[in-house]
Amino acid sequence: MLELKNVSLSVKDENDKDKEILKNVSLKIEDEKFIAITGPNGGGKSTMAKLIVGIYQPTEGQIFWDGQDITNMSVTDRAKAGISFAFQQPVRFKGIKVKDLISLAAGKDTTIAQACAYLSEVGLCARDYIEREVDGSLSGGELKRIEIAQLIARNTKLSVLDEPEAGIDLWSFSNLIKVFEKMREDRARSIIIISHQERILDIADEIVVLKDGEIVAYDKKDAILPELLRGTESCKFYQ
Amino acid sequence: MDKIQQDLLATVADIHGVPEGAYNIRSNGGLGGRNTTANIDIVTKEDKPGIDIIIKPGTKNESVHIPVIISESGLTDMVYNDFFIGEDADVTIVAGCGIHNCGDQKSQHDGIHTFYVGKNARVKYIEKHYGENDPDAVGENVMNPTTVVEIEEGGYMEMETTQIKGIDNTVRDTKAILKGEGAKLVVRDKLMTHGKQHADAIFDVEMNGLDSTCDLISRAVAKDDSTQTFKANIIGNAKCASHTECDAIIMDNAKISASPEIVANDLDAALIHEAAIGRIAGEQLIKLMTLGLTEAEAEQEIIAGFLK
Repeated sequence: MLELKNVSLSVKDENDKDKEILKNVSLKIEDEKFIAITGPNGGGKSTMAKLIVGIYQPTEGQIFWDGQDITNMSVTDRAKAGISFAFQQPVRFKGIKVKDLISLAAGKDTTIAQACAYLSEVGLCARDYIEREVDGSLSGGELKRIEIAQLIARNTKLSVLDEPEAGIDLWSFSNLIKVFEKMREDRARSIIIISHQERILDIADEIVVLKDGEIVAYDKKDAILPELLRGTESCKFYQ
Repeated sequence: MDKIQQDLLATVADIHGVPEGAYNIRSNGGLGGRNTTANIDIVTKEDKPGIDIIIKPGTKNESVHIPVIISESGLTDMVYNDFFIGEDADVTIVAGCGIHNCGDQKSQHDGIHTFYVGKNARVKYIEKHYGENDPDAVGENVMNPTTVVEIEEGGYMEMETTQIKGIDNTVRDTKAILKGEGAKLVVRDKLMTHGKQHADAIFDVEMNGLDSTCDLISRAVAKDDSTQTFKANIIGNAKCASHTECDAIIMDNAKISASPEIVANDLDAALIHEAAIGRIAGEQLIKLMTLGLTEAEAEQEIIAGFLK
């Protein structure tokens, strides 16, 4: 189980004043759940994801993972403890190949056949990609799919995905939904997806709505999604 | 040949045991072994130290290994090697140099390699430079390779030059003249310095042939207190195209200076230069850490990929 206990994060703004990105957020995510975090832009969603994986440190509060306080744990140690992260904007490298990243993610030297299986799951023809460099020669959509293939290769207890739909074309998106549905069926892991997409929210067990750094709603999908779909103008979560 | 010399050979020229094809091994300033083939002749120069490597026109899929190894401390070695690559030949030339310094004196190897690439000939040239010291030995390892290339009409030369470790001081000087129509030069240079090492890399390319092309990519990493300079001067004297890229990572207290220069003396010369120097991007480290690598492991992975 993942638990955020009274977590706050403040940064200095341009006038050197404290600006709270997350305000006293408390959240418990049970095992084997598919959770979507949604809400208006600038509401603190990506910040929350980065706090969970250890890229940011909270200014106040604690984070627990399987009962252990991981608040001060490094990104590396959290990764080793079973937390994976897919970046909203996948990082590019010079000279590092798709095969290298997949092997690092799988934690062992991956055979072509294994890497192929991971890439096929995200709709990429492995033979065309395995030797490609993870650099600017790949499109945004290709990089996103390779990012998700790494999550599948890591196969950890918790996967955190920051807006997997951003930068992906419609065709790829339909396929990605299938990937998430499969991950959801798998049930061996928990998934936290930050998303604005109705189709992703629709396959979640529970939805968290984050606005102005605060959780304004957290409930079963059926209790939240209809309200969200009534339109952002009338939606109480967006007002 | 002792174990140290055998290890150096394996490191710089990928030679294990007796190499195949033509070879000339220079060991501690003397001849350590030579083999010629029906198409490739190797002749000792009479006026100065060095050899002539003569490759017959039309020679296909053959290789020449000419490694130099130094395992004596305090030796200064200087050679002139000239390569004559006949028309339509297609060959691979491997020329590594390894120093194992067991004492506190300077070991130095200066080599001047001159390539005459004939009409429509293709050459792949692989050069690795490597140095190592005995645990308590403090002798300096110095290598100064000069490479001169002349390419005739339709000729092609690809240079893969690498200095990864153990060379305290180096001036790597490459001069190329693309003489004939359609002559092409490709350079992939990889350089890493550490400790208090210093490296100068100089590339002068003159493009005289119509539709000649040059593609030069240099990747460099400077660690610790090491310093590097990179100078490239590409001159287009005809309708030609060149792309130069100098990409460098600095770490710790290292310093790198890059001075790219491109000169167009013809309206149809299209010359591009890209240069970038910077530390490893923080997001690259974080990305690899989310896969379970420590910061130090992530750094190694990024550099290994960069210099691959």
